Amino acid sequence: MAKLTMVEAINLALKQEMERDPAVVVLGEDVGKSGGVFRVTQGLFERFGDGRVVDTPLSESAIVGVSIGMAAYGFRPVAEIQFEGFVYGAMEQLISHASRIRTRSRGRYHCPLVVRMPYGGGIRAPEHHSESNEALLVHTPGLKVVAPSTPYEAKGLLVSAVRDPDPVIFMEPKRVYRAIKEEVPEEEYSIPLGQCRIATEGKDVTLIAWGAMLQPTLKAAALMGERGIGSEVIDLRTLSPLDDDTIIESVKKTKRAVIIHEAPRTCGLGAELIARINEKALLYLEAPVERVTGFDTVMPLPKLEQHYLPNAERVVEAIDRVLSF
Amino acid sequence: MINCSRIKKYGNKFKIILENARVTFISRWSRRAEKSSREKGAAMPKKTIQTFQVEWLQILDEHGNCDETLRPSLSDKEIQKLYEWMVLTRTLDEKAFKLQREGRLGTYASILGQEAAQVGSAFALQPSDWMFPSFREAGASILRGLPPRMILQYWSGDERGSQIPEGQNDFPITIPVGTQIPIAAGAAWAAKLRGDRIAVMTYLGDGATSKGDFHEGLNFAGVFSLPVVFLCQNNQWAISVPLSRQTRSKTLAQKAIAYGFDGIQVDGNDVFAVYKAAKEALEKARAGHGPTLIECLTYRIGDHTTADDASRYRKAEEVEAWRKKDPIDRLKKYMANKGLWNEAYHQQVATAAREKVEAAVKEEEAIPLPDPKDIFRYTFGELPEELKQQMENFLRGDGRPDL
Repeated sequence: MAKLTMVEAINLALKQEMERDPAVVVLGEDVGKSGGVFRVTQGLFERFGDGRVVDTPLSESAIVGVSIGMAAYGFRPVAEIQFEGFVYGAMEQLISHASRIRTRSRGRYHCPLVVRMPYGGGIRAPEHHSESNEALLVHTPGLKVVAPSTPYEAKGLLVSAVRDPDPVIFMEPKRVYRAIKEEVPEEEYSIPLGQCRIATEGKDVTLIAWGAMLQPTLKAAALMGERGIGSEVIDLRTLSPLDDDTIIESVKKTKRAVIIHEAPRTCGLGAELIARINEKALLYLEAPVERVTGFDTVMPLPKLEQHYLPNAERVVEAIDRVLSF
Repeated sequence: MINCSRIKKYGNKFKIILENARVTFISRWSRRAEKSSREKGAAMPKKTIQTFQVEWLQILDEHGNCDETLRPSLSDKEIQKLYEWMVLTRTLDEKAFKLQREGRLGTYASILGQEAAQVGSAFALQPSDWMFPSFREAGASILRGLPPRMILQYWSGDERGSQIPEGQNDFPITIPVGTQIPIAAGAAWAAKLRGDRIAVMTYLGDGATSKGDFHEGLNFAGVFSLPVVFLCQNNQWAISVPLSRQTRSKTLAQKAIAYGFDGIQVDGNDVFAVYKAAKEALEKARAGHGPTLIECLTYRIGDHTTADDASRYRKAEEVEAWRKKDPIDRLKKYMANKGLWNEAYHQQVATAAREKVEAAVKEEEAIPLPDPKDIFRYTFGELPEELKQQMENFLRGDGRPDL
């Protein structure tokens, strides 16, 4: 089995889905001849032609708006927003139309659309190229939000996203794009949306992370392991809808939890997770659930970003706090 | 005595001197000229590389005079149909306004004065074409096949009024101004990729031309030469903001030029002009020759919606002047001259319209309230667990005021 990076795994998923279903089209800025600024769509233009892999004008609102119209007509567009910080121009189309057309038309129209976008910090990029805005999207009823953490996960989740009948925002952790390689089957497989995965089992504390935060979380779990503490690491995978059952079951077992995300703290997804844990497992808790997050500030430029992004050390400190509460 | 040979000799010498001087001068001059041209830049006078004109189309004036050479080929029956649709549209509009005032309907956006722009354009659509309305297109929507009952149902606050019947290729009302434009472009692109010989028409107002989505949608349509017609009803008011605050352009039609396709301004109260422009643009689109922007110059006689009071910001004289350009009235005059209209015919049309609208009101008011489950039902194809839970808790009576 070939070892692939996340970029290669996503590329493979796109290629296979386009081969399987002629309704799948890829569109966005620089996705065609150039193969995308991260080369995620490399080779697709040559393989499928300019009718199915389309370089669009520099026009985020139109990229999403046009995709909604195509989806209503029977296509399955996979649109790329080049960086998460540029999605704001398309937010009106996402919030006011993509997420609602099924409700507004009472099912006469729906919107099988995937919006792929690289997100998150850690690659020394300029302003607007390092943000984590998943909470804005998770807060929008009618959208599904997915954030894969590894190459294998990315391929399986993207296949499900493309086949889903509703709009899915597919947030790709750009820090992971080429950072890790793992075995990714060439054969078709899919990972269902709405189910998280237990990355490592443990009995002492539950650590919940997604996307690029999985790696520092696993590192923290390993460090704790050296001290004899067993961490159960949950890779959230789908941020909306959330898979409460797996989370609650784990927290009931470990009685302690730490949530790690690089997005700002206030009203981040961590807050929602804590609310659900409180609703469903309060009496099992031995300590308040901790959050390790970005700050409620603008994402700093590269020279300071390492201070902003949660790392294994910060996760270890938080675990120590919940253990010693 | 002059020594000729000497003269010749000196003369030759002189010639040589002169020639040398000339060469020196020319080369110095040209070096200086070169230097000066380097300093000043080469001579490149401004020239016109693009000019544009915007056509205005009027066929039927406010007195009912018609330019028969321009008139689209329509049978007498079809002309009567146009009239009947316009009367039905106005009857429905007037009734909706009254119902709102009686507390029987929610906020409603009147189309009074815009009947020709809507009926003329929608009349040119084929059933296989797609239509993306804004929020002031009741006339176009019923002509496309939407039961008038559904217009009332929607504005009474029942989303079932937006469930466009199967087979009618229309989108529901779009409220955020101009946001339907890129979506319409997307449907047009999809049709083009599929090779379907259909056209898409999307409605927008003058206010929408100030929005980013107008630019993004029209630009996209231009770049990919999409089969879409942008039907702008320039009714000159966006709530209280006049056209002069939307644009410095002399026309809205000319904005199409910048996107690389045709724009035309028509008398929006002239149903023949609107129909002709729409028909030609739709045929052009279906034949693969790209988009068109049609600006229908019209006027919003009523308030923005029933929640607005236009007398706060515009003069009664202006409204009165536009009332004189009434689209139905001028068609009536034309038809009377042609022997297609008389009082008996009018009574018959008006009565049929009234009966249809009254039946729609009756039907709408008899519809039971929507099932509260509907709040949840259409959020996703399949309800996620958390949403199912919220629905079940709600149905059990948590916080329900009526239980």
